[in-house]
Amino acid sequence: MKKIQILAAILFTSLLTVSCSDDDDAIAIVPVNEEELITTINVTLTPVGGGTVVEYSSQDLDGDGPNLPTVTVSGNLTAGTTYNGTIELLNETEDPAEVITEEVEEESVEHQFFYTVGGNLDISTTYTSFDTDGNPLGTTFDLEALTASAGTLTFTLRHEPTKPNTGASDAGGETDIEVTFDVTVE
Amino acid sequence: MRFLTLILFFIGCFAGISQNCNNTFSGKIIDSHDNTALVDAKVEIIETNQTVLANADGTFSITNLCDSKYTIQISHPFCITQTHYIDISKDLNKVFWLEHHLEELNEIIIKGNHYNNKTNTTLESKISKDELERYSSFSLGDALNGVSGVSSLNTGNAIVKPLINGLHSSRVVMMNNGVRMEDQDWGAEHAPNVDINAVDNITVIKGASALQYSGNAIGGIIITETAKAPVKDTLYGKTIITGASNGRGGTITSQLTKSFQSGWFAKAQGTLKRFGDFEAPNYNLSNTGVFERNFSLSGGLNKFNYGIEAYYSLYKSEIGILRASHLGGAQDQVRAINNPQPLFVSDFSYDIDAPKQDVEHHLATLKGFKKLENLGRLSFQYDYQQNKRLEFDIRRGDDKDKPSLDLNLQTHTLLFDLDSKLSNKSNLKTGVMAKYQNNFADPNTGVRRLIPDYDKYDLGAYAVYNSEINNKVLLELGARFDYTHVDALKFYRTSFWESRNYDTIFQDIVIEGDFGDQVLANPKLNFYNPSATAGFTYKFNNTYKLLFNYSLASRAPNPSELFSEGLHHSASRIEYGDLQFKSETANKISLTLQRESNVFNFSINPYINFINDFIVIEPTGVSQTIRGNFQVWEYRQTNAQLIGLDIDAAYNFANNFQYNHQFSLVKGYDKTRDEALINIPPVNIKNEVIYKNSKLNNLRLKLQSDYVFEQNEYPNNNFEVFVPETGTMETVDVSTPPDAYHLLNFSSSIDFKINKGTAITVGFDVSNIFNKSYRNYLNRLRYYADDLGRNFLINLKINY
Repeated sequence: MKKIQILAAILFTSLLTVSCSDDDDAIAIVPVNEEELITTINVTLTPVGGGTVVEYSSQDLDGDGPNLPTVTVSGNLTAGTTYNGTIELLNETEDPAEVITEEVEEESVEHQFFYTVGGNLDISTTYTSFDTDGNPLGTTFDLEALTASAGTLTFTLRHEPTKPNTGASDAGGETDIEVTFDVTVE
Repeated sequence: MRFLTLILFFIGCFAGISQNCNNTFSGKIIDSHDNTALVDAKVEIIETNQTVLANADGTFSITNLCDSKYTIQISHPFCITQTHYIDISKDLNKVFWLEHHLEELNEIIIKGNHYNNKTNTTLESKISKDELERYSSFSLGDALNGVSGVSSLNTGNAIVKPLINGLHSSRVVMMNNGVRMEDQDWGAEHAPNVDINAVDNITVIKGASALQYSGNAIGGIIITETAKAPVKDTLYGKTIITGASNGRGGTITSQLTKSFQSGWFAKAQGTLKRFGDFEAPNYNLSNTGVFERNFSLSGGLNKFNYGIEAYYSLYKSEIGILRASHLGGAQDQVRAINNPQPLFVSDFSYDIDAPKQDVEHHLATLKGFKKLENLGRLSFQYDYQQNKRLEFDIRRGDDKDKPSLDLNLQTHTLLFDLDSKLSNKSNLKTGVMAKYQNNFADPNTGVRRLIPDYDKYDLGAYAVYNSEINNKVLLELGARFDYTHVDALKFYRTSFWESRNYDTIFQDIVIEGDFGDQVLANPKLNFYNPSATAGFTYKFNNTYKLLFNYSLASRAPNPSELFSEGLHHSASRIEYGDLQFKSETANKISLTLQRESNVFNFSINPYINFINDFIVIEPTGVSQTIRGNFQVWEYRQTNAQLIGLDIDAAYNFANNFQYNHQFSLVKGYDKTRDEALINIPPVNIKNEVIYKNSKLNNLRLKLQSDYVFEQNEYPNNNFEVFVPETGTMETVDVSTPPDAYHLLNFSSSIDFKINKGTAITVGFDVSNIFNKSYRNYLNRLRYYADDLGRNFLINLKINY
């Protein structure tokens, strides 16, 4: 029995030591800033042959937190005009902001943007950037504003979609970005 | 001094020989286990060849002994023979204690001594060793599923979490070999980290009445135990090899025990389990493989009056999570739920990719006991557990191979228990517990901590008294008190902190510093949890028995309920806990009518459980993020009521034939909102016919029918979301339970004796014989894929 008592004493002491030592350094704790977070999408539409640049953006600085994203549309599209579109993704919780578009381009095979037109909006889109297998990536695109109309345009970025596909509905994968803008063609 | 004594002895002897041969040697032989007289114990004096047998009260007497030294041997058919040397110089009376062992030593310890009842007034369901061996390639949760009133909350088919009478996670306590498992059990997708092959017996107590283990088992307690090593010189072991068609894998497990007459023993055990993708009837369940490696070592000294044991086990498992269940927001959920087939199906593979879990659990125990006269059995135990949990998600860029969740939970526990016999008919168990726990969430994951860093301290004390009032009535009373202190360090998003008004309520706990858009808080929480039990057993006669038990249990909120704040990826929803939660308390009344006879046995067990401040998580809205919409689930406290009925029956309707029936029903309601509780098991009926023939190499054939009804009472948590592809609002149906289903399973086994020490058991099983497609309401992946299809299983057990 002696042995057991000694052992118990040793264990009890070690227990206390462990618990005490942990208390002291507990404050040395660092916050985690989400590395893969995408806070911002900026879509820039530059008219071919000059004119007013149209910008769409959505910013959600608290990520999955309760605050709503801030959505802005700089202006309307002009009927009969073709625009060169580029998409920029940022993580603005870092300083300077991290450009996520670069990561997406590096892993082009595993990503694809989709442009979904809703309502009566009369526009057409064409992919102008492609992955290393020649399938659409969509960080850049052409947008043709056809006739005067209004509706929604949704930008969706899917991670690990099935490629090739016929659109967002059969692409599968996991949604990394999904933002809907109210768009008017005049 | 010793020399002098010796000389004196010799002088005495020589003097004796010449003089006196009229001494009488008398005494009594007693069984050291239960203090009863050992009738017919043989007492033999080697030198004189005199032999007598102890009479009915265990006494004996041998006359006409000279003053001399004698060698006496005391033997009894079921005891180890003892040899003593005595010096006779006058009449001598001596009491001898024999340890009563049967030839089949291990067997009797199992039945009579080791796996004794944990409570006296609640129904205990046990799973025997034979039954457990058939589950060698499955998980602990699968084996428990066979007990009435126990079901499981699954994530796919490899993560199986036991549910007792409708409750799970922190409400079900898991005692593994005397150690309360501390393995992040708060998570619905965290299965118990126990190797089923290291276990020889499981007891399920549906309720909180076993206060010696814990006071917060609002659902119940699962107790796993290993067989005691026999006290004799022997070496034995067993190996079980299992191969299964579904998953194209199997398990190999082996164990070896060496024990000595002196009480020393050593045991080693190891398991290797490997499966690839499992299959539903119509498609492959991609990325559902399992790789499990476990081993355990133990050794110690096992004496009648004292003992000491050291035990170490390592459980390491890597489990793939169905690839098709990995989703972005609610729009992905709509597509996945509306599609009859999983959106991601690839060819069979043994690879386990993200999403996956990689869990390691170390458990080390040191325990000892000593039987003290007039006091009882005093035991002590120290255990250390380390649970390392990694969860991998599908990630982008440099983070690809980094876990999204990296938790390290360490727990030290110290227990002192005293089991005293107050009289022949009453018994008192008392004990104290001290526990320290530290959780460390590694910030290198690049994902905000789901569970914060915390220190937790627990202190508990209990007393359980039971008494046999008369031949018919046994009474049991118990009380326990637990104190819990949690000291956490948690980063909150400033937006959440303010939306909850925590910036005014909890301004005192904020730690100053510049953490960007986050707030560092240091909550220090105290919980005081009383628990109690009272019950009786009434024996009508040898066949019928009535058990009544009332238990009060209280449970402090777990870290997930307190601190959750953010996206829970595997559930595709945002979860919020609440710092202001108090303990939940349950009042459970359970009644059991039991019939035990050779031909027809049954037990009927109705119960009702009222839970105040029941912590439930439920949807409160939809949150818009740049990643799309996510449903928001918030924990809240309410008053709940669970009411149910478990029935077991067994009938030997013909020679070698047995019919078994099992019925479980439970209804759960949120009394405050007057609606059904989520994830309550649907009604389940099992019927089986078993043919057993001991003359035909123990041939056993079993046909089982398992019918699971559709859950007709559930809360409606559906919500609407805008789907851009169709331009419409669509309902995300996360509530409607799947249809009822009926499965037919077959199981068989036969024994072959190779030689005296070696026996082989061959088993052949088919589950889901008709390859039926079905989905289970309690499987968290039911939205995305069907459950398992047909499975052929071959099981080979070698005992040596």
